[in-house]
Amino acid sequence: MSKKIIMPFGPQHPVLPEPIHLDLVLEDERVVEAIPSIGYIHRGLETLVAKREYPEYVYIAERTCGICSFIHGMTYCQGVEQVMNLEVPERALYLRTIWSEYSRLHSHLLWLGLFADAVGFENLFMASWKAREFVLDVLEETTGGRVIQGSCKVGGVRRDIPCDTLDRMVRDLDGFERELQDIANVFLNDESIIGRTRGVGMLSRDDAYYCGAMGPTARGSGVGIDLRMTGYAAYGKLKFTPAVETGGDCYSRCAVRVKELFTSIDLIRQAAAKIPEGEIEVKPKGNPDGEYFSRAEQPRGELVHYVKGDGTKHLVRSRIRTPTLTNLPPLVKMLAGCELADVPVIVLSIDPCIGCAER
Amino acid sequence: MTIEAQETTVVEQDHLIGLVEGYKKQGYRLVQINCTKVGDLYEINYSFDLRYQFKNLRIVVDGKREIPSISGIYWGAFVYENEMHDLFGIRVVGMNVDFGGHLIRTAKKNPFANPTFRGEDACPKK
Repeated sequence: MSKKIIMPFGPQHPVLPEPIHLDLVLEDERVVEAIPSIGYIHRGLETLVAKREYPEYVYIAERTCGICSFIHGMTYCQGVEQVMNLEVPERALYLRTIWSEYSRLHSHLLWLGLFADAVGFENLFMASWKAREFVLDVLEETTGGRVIQGSCKVGGVRRDIPCDTLDRMVRDLDGFERELQDIANVFLNDESIIGRTRGVGMLSRDDAYYCGAMGPTARGSGVGIDLRMTGYAAYGKLKFTPAVETGGDCYSRCAVRVKELFTSIDLIRQAAAKIPEGEIEVKPKGNPDGEYFSRAEQPRGELVHYVKGDGTKHLVRSRIRTPTLTNLPPLVKMLAGCELADVPVIVLSIDPCIGCAER
Repeated sequence: MTIEAQETTVVEQDHLIGLVEGYKKQGYRLVQINCTKVGDLYEINYSFDLRYQFKNLRIVVDGKREIPSISGIYWGAFVYENEMHDLFGIRVVGMNVDFGGHLIRTAKKNPFANPTFRGEDACPKK
């Protein structure tokens, strides 16, 4: 019987955009157990709720993540609006939906590039990030920010998208979709991608469900949970089916993200066709008094913003539960029994956002 | 417009494990565990979901008594329980993976247990 050794992986590693540490217990080249450790970039953002008034805290919520910042802001606002019984104008809800889907496109393309880089496919990395520039340009044009959009507020949104701009955005999606189709074909059919990902990092459906996997990590194992189905923002008025794969391996998780690119494009088209004219915000009156667990579908899975107010301008508590935090236990399951050389690809397959997870 | 109905049930700490086991048997998934300091007490919420039906169990504890881990029922609960220990100082017994207070590295021990600046003005300009 071979001797067990413990190999540290991270917090600094070429495949990790952010720091996470894993103690890998190895028998020869096989991982027997993986023990994760985070906490290198805990910022204590949740405590700032005591220092910032509830409308100002949107800026803090948005800065939880530099990739899906819009959805953080929206989910926080949604929670406060539910506590205050605010009726957000429908146009604002559609605008939130459109920006959320552009954020998802941006996040998935960023991840696809990183994933291509992790498996050593540099051209595909560059093609994915080139396509992502189109999305960032749209976000910059419509919100003023490429990374932090700052366009959500309690009661609605800060900016409108003019009808002619919206029409042009939809027209531009045709060429963008063709470009994505080329990239998708490589991710789904190229032998070098399949060889590095199929049958690697297996996660069964039951483990995915009961260990707390969310987003593409869960949907890659056949768990069809997608919080957009609850109908928040304008999703209740749009038609879509969550992308689900049943393989439970890195390939399936990659395939879910690839398919979701096209779902997002379709949702933007639907939202642009149905968006009504009208106001984009209502003014909140008073202070929040009550609590709500606001949930939304981030690119990485279910996001929960818990807000609790006591009738003052400062909330008692804001708690942000991000999908990366809940995808860590499933990652431990995936790593047990894998080859050491597959660890970087498996870790990346949950799309870890540690800044989000630690807040 | 209410997005989703959310049900919160306050329960005794001694009944927690039995109720959580009941949720698991019904097929609920664990959404999250969170802790809120209210006065001198701590509200701990255990949230579950089944087909987008959101339910919440709440225990209220004083922070001195240990609470049982549910990681024997929901394996992934250890991340929330370790976090709750590190940030609030809540002692959770029976965790399947215990980081011994080192999951979240903080400059101060249990920083969320004693928030000191609630309601203060924004940071002074330099």
